[in-house]
Amino acid sequence: MEAAVIQTVTRDAGLWRFIPATIAALVTIWFAGFIGPVSEGHAPEYIYQWAPTIGVQLAFRLDGLSLAFALLICGIGAMVLLYAATYFRSDRRLLSLQLTLVVFAISMLGLTTADDIVTLFIFWEGTTITSWLLVGFDHEKETSRAAALQALLVTGFGGLALLAGLLIMGEVANTYRISEMNALGDVFRDSPLYVAIFILVMLGCFTKSAQWPFHFWLPGAMAAPTPVSAYLHSATMVKAGVYLIARLYPSLSGTELWMWTLVPVGAFTMVLTSVWAMRQTDLKLMLAFTTVMGLSMITMLLGTSNEIAVAAAMTFILIHAFYKAALFLSVGMIEKGSGSRDYPNIAGLARAMPLTATVVMLAALSMAGMIPTFGFLGKEVIYESTGHLHFAPVAVTVAAFAANALMFACACMIAFRPFFFRAQMAPKDRPADPGWGLWLGPVILAVLGIAFGVFPGWLEHHIIAPMVLAVAGVEMPVHLALWHGITRPLILSLATFALGALLYLGLDRIRETLFRIEDDVPRTEAWYDAFLRATSISARRASLYLQDGNMTSYLRRTFFALAAVIWVALFRGTMTWPQFSLSPELIDWTIFAIITASLVVILRARSRLTAITALGGVGAGIATIFVVYGAVDVAMTQLFVEILVVIFLAIAMVHLPRYGHVPFVRLNALIAVILGVGVTTTMLMVLGTDLDLSLTEFFEANSAPVALGRNIVNVILVDFRGFDTMGETAVILFAAVAAYAALKAGRGVSK
Amino acid sequence: MEIMLAVLAGFLVSAGAYLMMSGKTLPYLFGLTMISNAANIIIFCAGRLTFGAPPLIPEGEKYIEGAANALPQALVLTAIVIGFGLLVFALTLAYRSWFVLGTVEMDDMHESEPGTEVIS
Repeated sequence: MEAAVIQTVTRDAGLWRFIPATIAALVTIWFAGFIGPVSEGHAPEYIYQWAPTIGVQLAFRLDGLSLAFALLICGIGAMVLLYAATYFRSDRRLLSLQLTLVVFAISMLGLTTADDIVTLFIFWEGTTITSWLLVGFDHEKETSRAAALQALLVTGFGGLALLAGLLIMGEVANTYRISEMNALGDVFRDSPLYVAIFILVMLGCFTKSAQWPFHFWLPGAMAAPTPVSAYLHSATMVKAGVYLIARLYPSLSGTELWMWTLVPVGAFTMVLTSVWAMRQTDLKLMLAFTTVMGLSMITMLLGTSNEIAVAAAMTFILIHAFYKAALFLSVGMIEKGSGSRDYPNIAGLARAMPLTATVVMLAALSMAGMIPTFGFLGKEVIYESTGHLHFAPVAVTVAAFAANALMFACACMIAFRPFFFRAQMAPKDRPADPGWGLWLGPVILAVLGIAFGVFPGWLEHHIIAPMVLAVAGVEMPVHLALWHGITRPLILSLATFALGALLYLGLDRIRETLFRIEDDVPRTEAWYDAFLRATSISARRASLYLQDGNMTSYLRRTFFALAAVIWVALFRGTMTWPQFSLSPELIDWTIFAIITASLVVILRARSRLTAITALGGVGAGIATIFVVYGAVDVAMTQLFVEILVVIFLAIAMVHLPRYGHVPFVRLNALIAVILGVGVTTTMLMVLGTDLDLSLTEFFEANSAPVALGRNIVNVILVDFRGFDTMGETAVILFAAVAAYAALKAGRGVSK
Repeated sequence: MEIMLAVLAGFLVSAGAYLMMSGKTLPYLFGLTMISNAANIIIFCAGRLTFGAPPLIPEGEKYIEGAANALPQALVLTAIVIGFGLLVFALTLAYRSWFVLGTVEMDDMHESEPGTEVIS
């Protein structure tokens, strides 16, 4: 017993495990130092010339939007890293988790502060890859791996589209700097490529931020450990998509296409996912669905291209980050403290886990948009903005109203179900609040959610107003306050509470209905599955077709490809017919006739002996060419080799079966002729060019004086290019060894 | 003569490729030999032809003019030897495959890609 305790203690990671959290906190403080200058309208830049010849810079720029995200990423990052250090305290994978989280945080920081589209894209893909590692953190489980792969494929696909879109933007704008693009006014909107840019960029944003029809990967990604979900799926990665929408808002927004895409997609995803959130009993999964809802709300608001809606979206980004991170982390606390996060298994925990219950209550208040929380202010601004829309004000208001009411019901669910109204029930015997490392982060976030609700002034002036300025280019168009008087937003808020409360009362019945129809509803995930299946089936078919196991078809394709390459080169080149000094003499005609006749004999041969003799004829003819045209050494070698070839073939002939007639195959003949004609034509073209003889002249001039040899060919082989010749000799040696091995290896099946 | 050699190279490549595609090991080897012969002729011919003037520097001289181009000869010389090595190795492989598989039909050889027999 005691030994076991000691072992757990030695496995404990020690104080170093707080280092990443500390660093993140320090970076947060460093970034906080920029709040003053940025809120006065400055935007610090850092530029490093990375690849100046192609206009790629490593450029960073800190305006209001970037700074707000940087603060969220580092601040929530510090809390999550602290939480992870406690959550995985005695897990040997803690180090790898923290490392991946830190790399992820750096990618996220780079992404949100980048001012160059190539820089941005590299960090964007960095978040894709690290999130793949993080979602698949429990890589022993197949479901985790599948979820991670799904997240990777969906966001990776979007990433490719985004890259194309960003590069087209770069070409249109003639700059890769985002701040310069955004200062160009209507250049993109007037460009004929606007539709292409919009579709490609939005594919990237929608996949990253899990908008319909790509929303399915986010609930799947809940296979990740709780700290990861809290970080990736509250404040950071999924926000990268809406960040980019906001970042490019000055360049791309305001068109019919923009509004007719973002508003319907956002509204539809928002209502859809908040309905399905009601269905979930796993608290973490429920939060995942409401996260998609939050992102859709932001997408929809940005889609309306209205200044007040932008202000509402920016406010909601902050609100959502605070309450969602707090709730995700709290769900981890519930799970650690009670042994489950599935609410039918847990109930009445308020007395046993008072601190957890308090944190969840506070965060849920903000999620529900209750007075006096930050969430209430956000909801007011959203309703305020929907009243000023030029684009579909009624539809947007109704969608926001429905989603907010559903959000209210979900907030009630997470606040009440695990804690109140029933007798205590939990898988663990003695459920209790977890230690300070787990509760500190959620408590800070939940308290901030209330504090900013009561005192919104500082946040409004120093964070939200610079964000709005960066996105919409205007001063803050609304004022955040708890009390504006009896206004339209307040009435809508009260109606939201009423409808939400009704929905919560009917929760069990709604859930049962959703549970019943779940299998009948068409799911976009099925498209993803079908796409994957089709890909693997077509890949299999293609490889079976290309790799059919027949040597002849491989050779056919090889020769055809070779012929194609030759002919393409011929048609692309400039043709000059060669000038010849020598006219054919009798001996040339003789050689030509011998070789051609030998070839015909080989092709038509019915016996091995005929074929081998004719092959000797070809070799002899070629040797004669070498003799006649001054290549004495080559001719000697050729003759020796021909003799050896004939001898070896004759030896093999004894052991191999009869040669057999080569049957005529029209396709093979066609390919062979195309290839041969190509070779001849190429050769003639080569002869038409001027020959550079400087190397030959060098050898002619230096053979005798430098290398003291009079046979220039020999001098080249053994002296000037001696090392090459040694390598070639080694090849012959290897061939001999390999041939010997092949001959001497054990006998196989007998014929 | 250059035109003749160009045409001959085309003949050799055509015949060689055709034999290699025939699917029998021995014709395949013949085709291989022809294609290496064609390559040698192409290299040789690309260095231009000089009738009956080997690149040998006469005794007592330091320099030679008007001799055949020595560089392609050096290249062809090694190419012949390497081609010979390749042929001998391929020949032993053909012999070996006949021994182990009991066939000279190349399309019946599926040892390295098991599972493809069904489709073929």
